[in-house]
Amino acid sequence: MPHFSLSSLLFEAFNAHKGWGLQWRKPEPKRAYDVVVVGGGGHGLGTAYYLARKHGITNVAVIEKGWIGGGNSGRNTTIIRSNYLYDESAAIYEHALKMWGGLAQELQYNVMYSPRGVMMLAHTQHDMQIFMRHIYANRLNGIDNEWLTAEEARAFCPGLDISPGARYPVLGAALQRRGGTARHDAVVWGYARAADALGVDIIENCEVTGFIRQSGGAIAGVETTRGPIRARRVGVAAAGHTSVVMARAGLRMPLESFPLQALVSEPVKPVVPCVVMSNAVHAYLSQSDKGELVIGAGTDQYISYSQQGGLHVTSHTLEAICELFPQFRRMKMMRSWGGIVDVTPDRSPIIDRTSVEGLYVNCGWGTGGFKATPGAADLFAHMLATGARHPISAPFTLERFRTGRLIDEAAAAAVAH
Amino acid sequence: MLLLHCPHCGARPEIEFRCGGEAHISRPEHPEAYDDAAWASFLYFRSNPKGGHAERWLHAHGCGRWFNALRDTVSDAFVASYPMGTPRPEGGA
Repeated sequence: MPHFSLSSLLFEAFNAHKGWGLQWRKPEPKRAYDVVVVGGGGHGLGTAYYLARKHGITNVAVIEKGWIGGGNSGRNTTIIRSNYLYDESAAIYEHALKMWGGLAQELQYNVMYSPRGVMMLAHTQHDMQIFMRHIYANRLNGIDNEWLTAEEARAFCPGLDISPGARYPVLGAALQRRGGTARHDAVVWGYARAADALGVDIIENCEVTGFIRQSGGAIAGVETTRGPIRARRVGVAAAGHTSVVMARAGLRMPLESFPLQALVSEPVKPVVPCVVMSNAVHAYLSQSDKGELVIGAGTDQYISYSQQGGLHVTSHTLEAICELFPQFRRMKMMRSWGGIVDVTPDRSPIIDRTSVEGLYVNCGWGTGGFKATPGAADLFAHMLATGARHPISAPFTLERFRTGRLIDEAAAAAVAH
Repeated sequence: MLLLHCPHCGARPEIEFRCGGEAHISRPEHPEAYDDAAWASFLYFRSNPKGGHAERWLHAHGCGRWFNALRDTVSDAFVASYPMGTPRPEGGA
C-alpha cells in the first residue's frame, strides 16, 4: 500500500501519477481464516479494519459478491447526524459521529467528512413540539441540537422559501451543526486500503452460497462461488440482502427489504450550504462538492431486490423540493437509482449473535446505515472479537423482538421513511 | 410504478393500492397458547425472499377490498392475483 505524504504526492505529480498502484490487493481466498465478514460495504470493511487494528485479529477475509463500493455504500445520500430521540439510539449514532471526525487521519485517506449542519424543517405546530422534544432529549444526552426560527433557518440556508403563503410553510427548524456529509466512496476505499495494509484479505466477486457447519451445528465456514472458506466466526453485514444470506443458514430475520431511491441533479455552483431535511414531505437535500444536488426520496411500499423503484416516489420528493426551493424548478435531474435497505419493525438496527454458534449479524440499519458506518463497524468488530455485546450495542439485540423491549424510533425520531 | 391486477377491478396503477406485506400469516387461533417466541415470529419475523413473494394488497382507492398477489421481488413482475383465503398458486420461483 502506498503511503501518502507530501514527498510521495510531489514525486507522483512529476511522475504523471503512474506509481500509485492498487490501493488493496486482489488475493485468492485462503482455505481458512479466523473471521470471515460477509459483505464488503462500509460496515463490513470497517469491521475487518477494527478487528485487525483494535483487536489484533488480522487473519480476516471480507467476502463481497460484487465490487467494493458497488452496493449501498455507493448508493446512499451520505448524510451524517446523531440527533435521535431515545437514549439507546443517541448513544450508538453519537458513537459513530464522534469517530467520523478523526476517520480521515486514522485511515490516512480523505473521507471528506464535512460537518456542515443538518437542518430539519418544521412545517406544523406538531412538528415544532416534536422537534423541541428531540432538542431537549439530545441535549440531555450531550448531543448538540438547536432550534432556529424560520428567519434563522433561511439565514443558514439561503433560498429556502419561508413565506407564509408557501405550500409547506416553514415554522422553524432543528439544527445539528456537527451533522453533515462525507464522501461515501472514499469511506469504503479508505477502509479497504487500511484493512488490506493490516493483512485483511478483501475477496471481491465472491458470493456466499451457504454455510459450513460443525457436527454440533456451529459455524465452521462459508461456501462461496470461489470455493469453501473455513472460519471460526462469521459476521454477516449484508445490508439489504441479510435475509437472503441468513436463510442459507436456516434463519428467519425480523427484516423486510425495500427499495430506497435517490437522485442527483446537474452540477451547479455552491447554493445549498448544509443538509436540509423535511420528514413531513420526504425531502432530503444536500449539495456534493461536485455541485450536484443530492436528493433522497422515500422507500417504495413493497419489498424488492430490484434496486429501482417507482417514479411517483421520486416525483413526490421533487415536488416538495420545488416548493421549498422555488429556484430549483428548472433544474435538470441527471441520474436516479435505488438501493435495497433492510428495515426492522422498530426501525432500529441489530448487532448481535444468532442462534447458530459462531454466526453474528449486523443488520437492520434501514434507511440510515451510512451515518453509522464507523460506529457500527467498531461495535460489530468488538462482538466478533470477544463474542460479547459492547455496552453501546447491547440494547440492539435480536432478542428484543421476543421480549418486547423495542427501540421504536419509527414514530418518534426524525427517521426517514 | 407497478401495474396491479385487482381480481375485482382489473389492471390499475400502484398508487390506487396499499401493500399489506407478506401474505399467509394467520392470526393464532389460540393466542393464549402462544409463548413470546411464537408471538415474535408471528408479529415480526418475515421470509423477505429474493424471488417469489406472496403479499397482501388493498385496493384502497378502488373497490376497497383486500386480495393476495404473487410477485417476483427481483423483477417486480406480478405472477398472479388471487382472492384471500385461497392457497398460494404455483410459480414465481
